[in-house]
Amino acid sequence: MDPLFEASAFTGYVYPNETVIPWSVLIVVYPYLTGLVAGSFTVSSLYHVFHMQQFKPVARFSMLLALCLMLCVPMPLLLHLGRPERAFNAMITPHLTSAFAIFGYAASFYTILLLLENWFVYRPQIVQIANEGRGPVRWICRLATLGSNDVSERALSYDHRWIYALTVIGIPAALGLHGYVGFVFGSLKSREWWSSDLMPPVFLLSAVISGTSLVILLYILTSLARKVRIDESCIKGLAVTLWGFLVFALLLEGVEFASLLYRSREGIDVILTYVTGRLVLPFFILQLGLGSLVPLLLLAFALLRGFQGRALIATVFACAFLVLGAVLLMRWNVVIGGQEISKTGKGLVDYQPVLLGREGLLAAGFVLCAPLILMFVATRFLSPWAEQDRATWLNAGRRAALAQA
Amino acid sequence: MKADDTPVAPARRFFLREIGRGAACASAAAGAAGLLQSAATQAAGKDDRETVAGTESYPAPGYDWNKHRWAFAVDATKCIGCLRCVEACKKENHVALDAHHFRTWVERYVYLEGEEKPRVDSMADPVNIEAAGSEKSYRFANRYRDQKVEKAFFVPKLCNHCTHPACVQVCPTGATYKTRDGFVVIDHDYCIGCQYCVQACPYGARFFNHEKGVTDKCTWCYHRVVKGLQPACVEVCPVQARMFGDLNDKESVVSLFIRNNRVQVLRPETGNAPNVYYIGLDKEVV
Repeated sequence: MDPLFEASAFTGYVYPNETVIPWSVLIVVYPYLTGLVAGSFTVSSLYHVFHMQQFKPVARFSMLLALCLMLCVPMPLLLHLGRPERAFNAMITPHLTSAFAIFGYAASFYTILLLLENWFVYRPQIVQIANEGRGPVRWICRLATLGSNDVSERALSYDHRWIYALTVIGIPAALGLHGYVGFVFGSLKSREWWSSDLMPPVFLLSAVISGTSLVILLYILTSLARKVRIDESCIKGLAVTLWGFLVFALLLEGVEFASLLYRSREGIDVILTYVTGRLVLPFFILQLGLGSLVPLLLLAFALLRGFQGRALIATVFACAFLVLGAVLLMRWNVVIGGQEISKTGKGLVDYQPVLLGREGLLAAGFVLCAPLILMFVATRFLSPWAEQDRATWLNAGRRAALAQA
Repeated sequence: MKADDTPVAPARRFFLREIGRGAACASAAAGAAGLLQSAATQAAGKDDRETVAGTESYPAPGYDWNKHRWAFAVDATKCIGCLRCVEACKKENHVALDAHHFRTWVERYVYLEGEEKPRVDSMADPVNIEAAGSEKSYRFANRYRDQKVEKAFFVPKLCNHCTHPACVQVCPTGATYKTRDGFVVIDHDYCIGCQYCVQACPYGARFFNHEKGVTDKCTWCYHRVVKGLQPACVEVCPVQARMFGDLNDKESVVSLFIRNNRVQVLRPETGNAPNVYYIGLDKEVV
């Protein structure tokens, strides 16, 4: 039988109850996923709201990606809860003083918004499958059209007005949702490592860079797989976005860390022992160095030197990969780091993740892969790529109208 | 009455009643009004004091929670580190018999000659577990016998049943709440086991009950107190280092303790306003 809990070793003095880490690797994955949602939605909104044409190739893709990620956000939380069957208690009787009480409402609102927006974005395709498809998919799409089969020019421009309006609402909702996750940690006064006013913006900016990086990675990989030319102006736009937000993310994270050290409140000795010991590799070398500074400099170099073609794509791909890893490490260093530093200020707990079990690395890995699996399935039916643009759907609509006539 | 049979939080009761009223009217508007009304009540810091218990005995026969304001006192100068309190608590409250789940514990602070900082340990330290023979029994090993000890003392720890408990503030469901008579308790039938409260408690008093999938902590033996008994740890303490009493009774042991001593609480800077009063602490006590 699996042990009921995994106790951690410790050094110095820690409270006896602190030897079982309350929030495991699943709670590392949870803010990572919400961050990716906020980031990919931001990329989509650059086209849909700010009309930056270079983001057109990935606009529809990142919108669908945000939805697939968002649908998986409750997974790590439900896996983590001691009594997941009671999860709705938080929504039936929200305890309004809790920073977490309205999460269910906020997440539901945002999921509905993403569903609606994706429906408007993909409606022409859904209508086409409903008219021309076969088998059960056709019937599902017939239902999904909600009786709205009109894909005329007028109807589509009406859809676009909705997409615009929903994205305008969606930007503060996405950013607010993730800033809120930062607040869940930053508002706790019991842990010096978390207790910071800068936590929400730090989470927010790292969210944007992680989402942008994921869009870059998936766009390049899927283009290679589909043997389609990669739009360089789009890659350049994404690279500039990544670089710009990376500057702010690194700056804020640096300021937060510097304030913690400069304030040097009670327990700073053990924090210093921690950061100059166990945290050197994951925090300084991997997260700040390899995952943040290196991409920052590489991107600046590539953009200033006017890299083109394969050189540009390879550089941006490598940077996106590094940033994606760095943000996952940042979540780890915040969530696990905060719990490894004892509340006594006199000791350190040594969390060693387990591989199997509900809170193991495998479960966390599955949760991370789930949105990609969902995305893979969704793109079997819906095409998120811009080359199959509006004209195609218009023609399809006309064909369907003719067929019906 | 068992600790986890404690009554439903007043705010939630009120909320559920309002929701029920809304459902009876079969009106979504009424439900929304209930939600808003509950929110407004909480935001204004009011409660429904008059409607929950009234003047009847509550939560046990012959016990009126409106008439008491309980508090705990610790005279750390008296504690001898015998750990009977820990053993009694584990037995009384069916706490897991291992070194990672404690409703109460005792810390030992030892200043050795030539060292500025004290060595701190509790019965959960591996050296002490080895001395006890297993995680199911408790003792402090005589680990400093070959060194020169300048100062040494014990500090019993338990839930502080704070006046402004951070754990209650962060609970997303209201499963943990403050009772009228001064206890912070957890409704084990309502807790979802998110452990946000475990993170929020600055004293490390909360832990996760892995068998029930909910959080757990010291209740000051509420089930005993409402029957007129003392908490188990107070009952077994051979030196009266632990005391429990009613602040509404000016002659209770705790009222007298607070009146006759210059008392301290742990981590007052958190704003939690703890209700375990100490004498005999030291600047290094965490």
